[in-house]
Amino acid sequence: MRVNKRFVVRSMVAAAALAVGAFGAGGAFAQGGPIKIGLLATLEGPFAAGGADGMRGAELALMQRGGMAGGRKIEIVKASSNANPDVAVNAVRKLVEQDKVDIMVGPLSGSEGIAVKDYSKTQPNVTFINGGSGAQATTLVNPSPNFFRFNTEGAQWMVGLGKAAWDKGYKRVMVIAEDYAFPYSQVQGFMAEFCRLGGKVPVKAWVPLGGKDYASTIARIPKDVDALLVVLGGADAVNFLNQYEAAGGDKPMMGGSITVSQDVLNYRGKRRDSLVGTISAGPLADAFDGADWKAFVADYKKNFPVDKGGFPSPSLFALVYYTNMKAALDALDAVKGDLSGGQAKYREALSKLELKMPTGTVKLDGNRQAIGTTFVTEVVKDSKGELTTRVLRKVDNVDQTLGIPKDQFKIGSRDEPACP
Amino acid sequence: MSAAYWRRAMNTGLAAAARPLPLPKAGAVTASTPAPVIDPYEASDAPRWLKFLWRHLAARHVFVFALLLIYPFVATPFFTFQIAAQSLALGLIALSLTFLGGYGGMVSLAQMTIAGIAGYAVSILGVSGASGQAMSLAWPWWVVVPFALVIATTVAALIGWLSVRTEGIYTIMITLAIGVAFYYLVLQNYSVFNGFQGFQKVYPPTVLGIDWRSPVPFYFLVLFWSLAGYLFVKWLVRTPFGIALQGVRDNPRRMAALGFNVTAHRVAAYAVAGLIAAVGGILFTWYNGLISPNSVGTGWLINILVIAVLGGMRHPIGAFLGGIVFVLLQTFAIDVIDRERFNLVIGVVFLAIVLFSPDGLLGLWAKLRSRFGPRQALVSPTPRRQA
Amino acid sequence: MTRSLRNRWLLALLVGGPIVVFSIWALVDNARLYLLTLLNGLTLASLYFIVAAGFTLVFGLMRNVNLAHGSLYLVGGYVGFTIAEQTGYWILAMAGGFLAAAVLGLLIQVLILRHMQGQDLRQTMVTIGLSIVIADVLLWIFTGQVHQMEAPEWLQGPIRDIPVIRAYSAYRLSLLGFGIAIGVFLWWLLNRTRIGTMIRAGVDDRAMLAAAGVNVNLLFAITFMLGAGLAGIGGVIGAVELSMVPGEDTRLLLASLIVVIVGGMGSVVGAAIGAVILGLAETYGLAYAPTYSVVFTFVILVLVLAFRPRGIMGKAA
Repeated sequence: MRVNKRFVVRSMVAAAALAVGAFGAGGAFAQGGPIKIGLLATLEGPFAAGGADGMRGAELALMQRGGMAGGRKIEIVKASSNANPDVAVNAVRKLVEQDKVDIMVGPLSGSEGIAVKDYSKTQPNVTFINGGSGAQATTLVNPSPNFFRFNTEGAQWMVGLGKAAWDKGYKRVMVIAEDYAFPYSQVQGFMAEFCRLGGKVPVKAWVPLGGKDYASTIARIPKDVDALLVVLGGADAVNFLNQYEAAGGDKPMMGGSITVSQDVLNYRGKRRDSLVGTISAGPLADAFDGADWKAFVADYKKNFPVDKGGFPSPSLFALVYYTNMKAALDALDAVKGDLSGGQAKYREALSKLELKMPTGTVKLDGNRQAIGTTFVTEVVKDSKGELTTRVLRKVDNVDQTLGIPKDQFKIGSRDEPACP
Repeated sequence: MSAAYWRRAMNTGLAAAARPLPLPKAGAVTASTPAPVIDPYEASDAPRWLKFLWRHLAARHVFVFALLLIYPFVATPFFTFQIAAQSLALGLIALSLTFLGGYGGMVSLAQMTIAGIAGYAVSILGVSGASGQAMSLAWPWWVVVPFALVIATTVAALIGWLSVRTEGIYTIMITLAIGVAFYYLVLQNYSVFNGFQGFQKVYPPTVLGIDWRSPVPFYFLVLFWSLAGYLFVKWLVRTPFGIALQGVRDNPRRMAALGFNVTAHRVAAYAVAGLIAAVGGILFTWYNGLISPNSVGTGWLINILVIAVLGGMRHPIGAFLGGIVFVLLQTFAIDVIDRERFNLVIGVVFLAIVLFSPDGLLGLWAKLRSRFGPRQALVSPTPRRQA
Repeated sequence: MTRSLRNRWLLALLVGGPIVVFSIWALVDNARLYLLTLLNGLTLASLYFIVAAGFTLVFGLMRNVNLAHGSLYLVGGYVGFTIAEQTGYWILAMAGGFLAAAVLGLLIQVLILRHMQGQDLRQTMVTIGLSIVIADVLLWIFTGQVHQMEAPEWLQGPIRDIPVIRAYSAYRLSLLGFGIAIGVFLWWLLNRTRIGTMIRAGVDDRAMLAAAGVNVNLLFAITFMLGAGLAGIGGVIGAVELSMVPGEDTRLLLASLIVVIVGGMGSVVGAAIGAVILGLAETYGLAYAPTYSVVFTFVILVLVLAFRPRGIMGKAA
């Protein structure tokens, strides 16, 4: 065995690396010190624009309280993902185990939410609050005792649209939606009501997420449907709208909640005028004239003007992140910043919280899922020529099982529900 | 011979090693014949295996091994699980590329695809939490894992057979095309691959009462297989097959003239690399606890190449070095710069490595050593590619 | 009948047979869908051809697998979009996209790739690194928002009253026109100009070309510029039809790869054939068997690689 300079240098390097690695960035802080809240949104990938707005919403909630809650200073640690569950779990694990956050707010996308919920079961000492993810399974299947969701989810967001469609005279509707959990829930929310009223959905076209070429889907639209339900987000929605119009399509369209979201209505291109008149449903409507909502919008515009990157009006993502962050902070106020005892008191406060948010009051059900308000909306052009949504109808107290008895409720999937 | 071919031949392999080394400084030891090899342990009474270890292990090997063993007990669970175990699993997949590219001369961008196939096989045949649908067959793990390895290795051999009958640079194109096509297949297919959702809750089985996914046991599991892969590659390249493979890399025409079946050697290399990648893939899937189309998307296909090149393709340890650096960058980049610019950082680092130090970190280390290290005796030549 | 003639008949039967059977069934079942899909496939093929032609030229002449080709597509698209927004002229946008991509390609070739001639693998890895960097820089500048370019006024909207199909997007049809125009231009360039002769000679035997006294470096630079410029034009055209989003680069790169593998490297005619095969396979797959459409592409790729590894029009090295 040779002990020489090489060996010594290498062992020093290794020891240094080990020291850095082993003692990481830990650090306990005493009660009364700052509380760390982790914030995760999709800043990359297909929902990048929505994720950025979500972070703005969460920051707004904190700004409104001057950066304090429960008498303690709040520190936000940000992380980013790209709508893929493994990236999200890695990011959350880093925030929780390495940066030692006390409360975790996020993620944004449906599949990420399910993966983060599974992870939350392994970290009983940290409270997880949803960011924007809207898959049903997150709180309906194997719910986690420390995962709270203060925003209504995909199916709840579509309550009321089925009736609005029926009232408009649409008897046969074709569904064009992206092929993953969130659109399944949206379609279920629509069909639960629509089919019950007697409507028919003869064809469902599930398109891959990020697929660009809708020519084939458009070619498959049967002649005898009255309207299309388009549940696509972001770039997909824009592409479809353009291609449909260019192909001479003339059927009226209904949109999913993220199809007429601000990030789509704001896309850089002129043909979005074809969207005017589309009905949709979701947790918000840009032109809702509730006082709280107007205050919220004004606050958003003041803090995030358009030239600094904000949207002309807060998007759905900003609202849901704002809601969840506000819940986290309100509950901290309720327990006066006491996170001791495995955060037991804090979680109880969260469960009992009646959250007052810009569009109404939100309560949690037994699975820690929100029961809230849904708006049926229509896209209009405002005085400045910008596209916004106005309220047709407001539905309160929408719960996760959509009024169906719990034992009969099945989670939305590609084939469920079906009424051809 | 075309000019490019000639240049290539001059810059790689045997020809480069045969070029005269720089003149030694006055006073250095020169020898025209290699010193006779004396085995210091020949006379001793120790058992054969102990003498074998004494001959082949240096202090640094023992030291590093000891470090690796005690690491999980001194590091936080986060560092054990997310940093160390992930690096080693990724390193194992990159090892397959280092073997295939460095010793076989074929850079394949489909190694992550093979790893993904193994991961998907484990998810589909085994237990997963696939949304209540009966998508997974729930076979016992000791059936599932060998099956997955066999499937992945067979696919690797097939990909190899498709790719090797054309000239070298075609390999990258073909394997990239196959890899991305596979990505679109698993993205769009629902009956078998569950599309965009993929499979969640794919965990290692509970064997002997230990939950193999908790940080320390999982770390040791990955460490065991990484060591096994590393030692396997080191052993394989010294066997007749390995030497023949390197010959095929350096001069396929000559090897064919000598009677070696060039295509068979290459396909076999793909199969071996596929096996290594499959093991790494199963471990990586267990690490994530899930597999989705993104795991086999273009990003990850190229990341594996980045890892292998980052560490250096001249020696198997390069893959693991690259894995550690990559995971550290990926995890901590957000603290230094915006996480959104992570891809830019990786791209620039990769570009810098390819432009200035094509042998990666190992190449840099070798250059530094030759500049600042002790003067080497001429008797120990360092060929550009280690046999 | 000679053996090779019989093999050809066998091949035609094996490949053509199922296609004919399928076509008859589809026409009877839903003629409109079949014809629409046919048009969709051909127009998509035109876009793929434009982008892949650039790729195959660079690959054929310089043996350089330019994996940054997709990023050049993006550069052309984004620059074209910006110009269209500022000036409102789509033609200027096309020119701008072409120039931007061509200049970037020229810089890459002269500053980086020229110094690595002969090291094919290293060149390829450099292009991979460049593609990552370019894609991320574009993402930084243009953010992840969707950029949907406007088609020029005279191409907007559908063409109505076509028999059977009823209506079809005018812009999409124009893609076919572009594809043919560029194809003709490339044919003219390669077969009727001096530069084209040199390029074709270089594809066949690089060393001989240099030995014959041609300034090979200049030729490489011009070819790379042309290839990159074609990607840029493809980007501008695609920005209208498919919109510009990060991620498009991988899609178009994959399409180019498959087209070149199937069609044969270095051959523009091969690129056309490969593009038609790929475009039709993709659109028919999407229309008739959406969850298996990729399998068709896969199968075609595997078949070509298994039986004609050099591609349909490829020549031996």
